Amino acid sequence: MSNEKGKTQNATHATNMIPIYIMGKRYDVPEGLTIMKAMEYAGYQFIRGCGCRGGICGACGTVYRKPGDYKIYTALACQTAVEANMYLTQIPFYPAHHVSGNYQETTEAPEEIHKRYPELFRCVACNACTKICPMDVEVMDAISYVKQGNIEKAAHTSFECIQCGLCTSRCFAEMPQYHILQLARRIYGGRIAPKAKHNAAAVKTIADGKFEAKMQEVMKMNTDELKKAYTEREIEPETAGEDWRPEDVRFLL
Amino acid sequence: MSYPEKLKELIKVVEQTRPERVERKKAGKEVPAMTLDERAAILEKFHPDYIPGTRRELKIGPSKGYAVAHEFADILEANSRINPDRIDLSQVDYETDVLVLGGGGAGTSAALLAQEQGAKVMLATKLRHGDANTMMAEGGIQAADKLEKDSPVYHYIDTMGGGHFTCVPELVYTLCNDAPDVINWLENLGTMFWKHPDGTMQTLPAAGFSRSRLHFAGDITGAEIMRTIRDEVRNRKEDITVLEFAPAVELILNDQGQCAGAVLYNMETETYAVVKAKAVIMATGGAGRLHIQGFVTTNHYGATADGVVMAYRAGVKLAFLHTVQFHPTGCIFPEQLEGLLITEKFRASGANVLNVEGQQFVYEREPRDVESAAFIRECSERGKGVPTTTGKFGVWIDSPMLDLVHGEGFVKAQFPGKAKQFGRHGIDISKEPLLVYPTLHYQNGGIEYKNTCETSIPGLYMAGEVGGGAHGENRLMGNSLLDILVFGRIAGKNAAVYAREKARDGKLSLEHVNAYDRELQDCGITTDRISPILLPDYSDPQLKEKKLAV
Repeated sequence: MSNEKGKTQNATHATNMIPIYIMGKRYDVPEGLTIMKAMEYAGYQFIRGCGCRGGICGACGTVYRKPGDYKIYTALACQTAVEANMYLTQIPFYPAHHVSGNYQETTEAPEEIHKRYPELFRCVACNACTKICPMDVEVMDAISYVKQGNIEKAAHTSFECIQCGLCTSRCFAEMPQYHILQLARRIYGGRIAPKAKHNAAAVKTIADGKFEAKMQEVMKMNTDELKKAYTEREIEPETAGEDWRPEDVRFLL
Repeated sequence: MSYPEKLKELIKVVEQTRPERVERKKAGKEVPAMTLDERAAILEKFHPDYIPGTRRELKIGPSKGYAVAHEFADILEANSRINPDRIDLSQVDYETDVLVLGGGGAGTSAALLAQEQGAKVMLATKLRHGDANTMMAEGGIQAADKLEKDSPVYHYIDTMGGGHFTCVPELVYTLCNDAPDVINWLENLGTMFWKHPDGTMQTLPAAGFSRSRLHFAGDITGAEIMRTIRDEVRNRKEDITVLEFAPAVELILNDQGQCAGAVLYNMETETYAVVKAKAVIMATGGAGRLHIQGFVTTNHYGATADGVVMAYRAGVKLAFLHTVQFHPTGCIFPEQLEGLLITEKFRASGANVLNVEGQQFVYEREPRDVESAAFIRECSERGKGVPTTTGKFGVWIDSPMLDLVHGEGFVKAQFPGKAKQFGRHGIDISKEPLLVYPTLHYQNGGIEYKNTCETSIPGLYMAGEVGGGAHGENRLMGNSLLDILVFGRIAGKNAAVYAREKARDGKLSLEHVNAYDRELQDCGITTDRISPILLPDYSDPQLKEKKLAV
């Protein structure tokens, strides 16, 4: 079993070496590595430009070109395999303008966002933001929804945003798309989406101490008693719907 | 890179057994779950925690004699990064009411609640604000808030059972009782939980739980929570100062016996700074990047147990650090994604776990340690693992069957993040199964604390993965996002009240660092190890030989 030796952060089976250019400087690295592992193979130890290493934190936004090709390509360094002759740089940080506001006083009105970020309306629909997004978020569409006042659609369209900031680096209108869309999602989640009434009711029931006696009862159980309660507890079937009810109501209200 | 031919052949075996398995699932016929005795037996024989020789007794410190993994012992029996004689404590660089160490979910929620108590807060974090395991938590967060079928009492029983009845009861009490309020708090901050049209939270069952109470936001629940509360901190920048790339390397105590600040280290300028605070909250997170027993990890780049080291040097005992969690479903193919978390939500949604013959060998919803042990048994003793192209073995998670059980489009709607990630490598997870093997996931234990988040040092509070006790020897899915927010909020509030009412001014001291160093020497440990290590080192060993400045 080789899995226990799984700390293979660098080259393993891939022995074919290919050239890549990190900020213009050539390094030969094993084919098949991610850009991140290739940079480590080359000798870099990251402080910036490396985060979760799982494609969700937005620390390792990378732009690159290929010889003989005018196009700009983007990648998350931790998710993308190296290609021969790619020349790349990471953009670990890009200045962006965050406008603070009191969220508790923020209403569901789209004007809340328009007021904080009037540069929204400088958008010329060039679509550079969408094209550079390493998560394939339809950034320009999401921004258009904000302009149109459709916060719900803006929120859903931008849900997979990892806030790497690459859109902002390319924006002709100089807007911080990811802060704007964060505000849109928060307004949707907290002001527009219907509230979970059952949750608020549960909070109150617990605060009123309605479960306190039953909680004390299980906390006082010795291990054998607790094991018995655990083994005998009724299990909700996997495919049960919202209307499923248990037969055993011992620890319900 | 899609699946190579050899694996495509093996996927056909999975497809052959699928129709019958789907029928059984629809009929509610499951592979029987293990009894408590069967669980104990398989853990004993196959779980990495139980392998002899992988732990050693600590020779020094407040938990001297307690055996932990060598990787933990190595960083606890190590030199400080600083020489206290060279730190001028009379030159205070920053002064604040509450100092929060760590910018993940625990630290960030603590900062918000401390601010609400009127405290001036400084949040110092090693990388960027939000760079933490919180960001990577995918599946969801547990809360018993559907009282017609559920209660915090059942949540309590499930959690105790998942932890093999070793969890600290008071911590579990608080964890379960406060859970609905945490959901409420997040909802009111604008977190986009998945809901039914009437506002009822969508919930899922999860391994080891008796009720469907896993609340989620797609398959990026942790990221959604993290970016929401981080944005809220940015809204309160008048009162909360965030210092990035500035990890703490030692706590500062004072002559009143209280915790009174920390020495921070600017990783970019390589200079230190002294922070004086009336209360300190340790929220530095986990330890996956120590690669216990050489396992790959799902953890963030910065998960190096810094807080455990600092608190231990200052005199706080350890709890439950003898166990670590191996998540059963770490990605092992494609290799670029190796170690990456495959959310438990696949198993929670009912995806079967299969061996090379396409057969089920374990119920897919056993607690994580039991499930991991069963995978290891299948790939070792039983020899029925699925061989990868790199000589490793794993087992299948049959994701495509979910579309057949729950309806076409379920996989892409419920797992948008994973669909995209694997799509980049030419794998359609709604058509092809996932290949997995256990991966190092969570630090079950850590430093000892109470359900008020107090530690044995007045003025030092703690929250989140850095602490030990709430999950005993094994954590259940969705209880860690809950843990960081329940205890983050409590720590923030209590630390701010302490700062206002109980903190006493005193002379700052790093004497405990000197004392620890003497203890090291007295028991004959001479080492060049330095901790906290702050970052793992993945540079090529041959290249490292050539480095001039190491």
